[in-house]
Amino acid sequence: MEEDPDKRRRDREFTELYRAHLRDVYSYSYYRVGNHHDAEDLTEQTFLQAYRHFERAQRESHGRPLRPWLIRIAHNLAANYYRDRSRRPQTQLEDAAVVSAPHTTADLAEGREELQDVLEGVAKLPQDRREALIMRFALGMDNREIARAIDRSEGATKVLIHRAIRQLEQGLKEQDDE
Amino acid sequence: MSDALDMEALLRSALVPVEPSEAMGDRLERGLSELTGAAAGELADWELGAMRDPRNWARPAAAVVVGGAAAGALVLVRARKHHRSRPARGLSALGHGLRGAADRLGRRLGA
Repeated sequence: MEEDPDKRRRDREFTELYRAHLRDVYSYSYYRVGNHHDAEDLTEQTFLQAYRHFERAQRESHGRPLRPWLIRIAHNLAANYYRDRSRRPQTQLEDAAVVSAPHTTADLAEGREELQDVLEGVAKLPQDRREALIMRFALGMDNREIARAIDRSEGATKVLIHRAIRQLEQGLKEQDDE
Repeated sequence: MSDALDMEALLRSALVPVEPSEAMGDRLERGLSELTGAAAGELADWELGAMRDPRNWARPAAAVVVGGAAAGALVLVRARKHHRSRPARGLSALGHGLRGAADRLGRRLGA
């Protein structure tokens, strides 16, 4: 039986989406769950779910980039992941371990103290602020994209990021003063 | 202002993008094949034996969904294999995970 040309086109476009954003989804997943094994699972589930709903997402995106949609899927799956498996027992400690887990990239291999402090500070932020910073700095998303991913207005997103940075600065300052 | 800029620079340095490992390309394709095969097998069994029992409808429905997704993903993998000249970096993340998905599907369908 000959394959539906629409499906072929859709698969091709999904391939492009996947190629363009695998690292984004993986990075986001990694910073959410804190280890590569679970990040891989989360990434896989994200793309499988994205494939299932790709047609509708394309239809409803009206040509806008689909990265926020992908990240939102990963966000929802990560929330389910923790809820289903009860894997998030000690929020602060667990989160600190999450964000400060060793990277495979060379950038953090030496464990520079200042960056480590920043990561630990990020880990202590409320979840919405932490996620916004991950999207902004690890994924390079702009306010509009982040707003779509977290379902807030652009203005609210801008404020969220601003406050996250302020809170982080304050926390690091207090740490220095101690 | 400069403090804010410094903090943004620090955040950029700290929150680096994380690359998936490169070791899982083969496992990815194998996982996808298993996933597709499991879904197809489940469908065949259902068509032969369980059509009259509504309690069985959920499992083959899941097989359809997962099988469809896996088949699409398989297209994706093959397209990527044919087009890339450098090592399959990004696929590695899906590789391990899809193998896990195949395992999970197998457990779900076998339950």
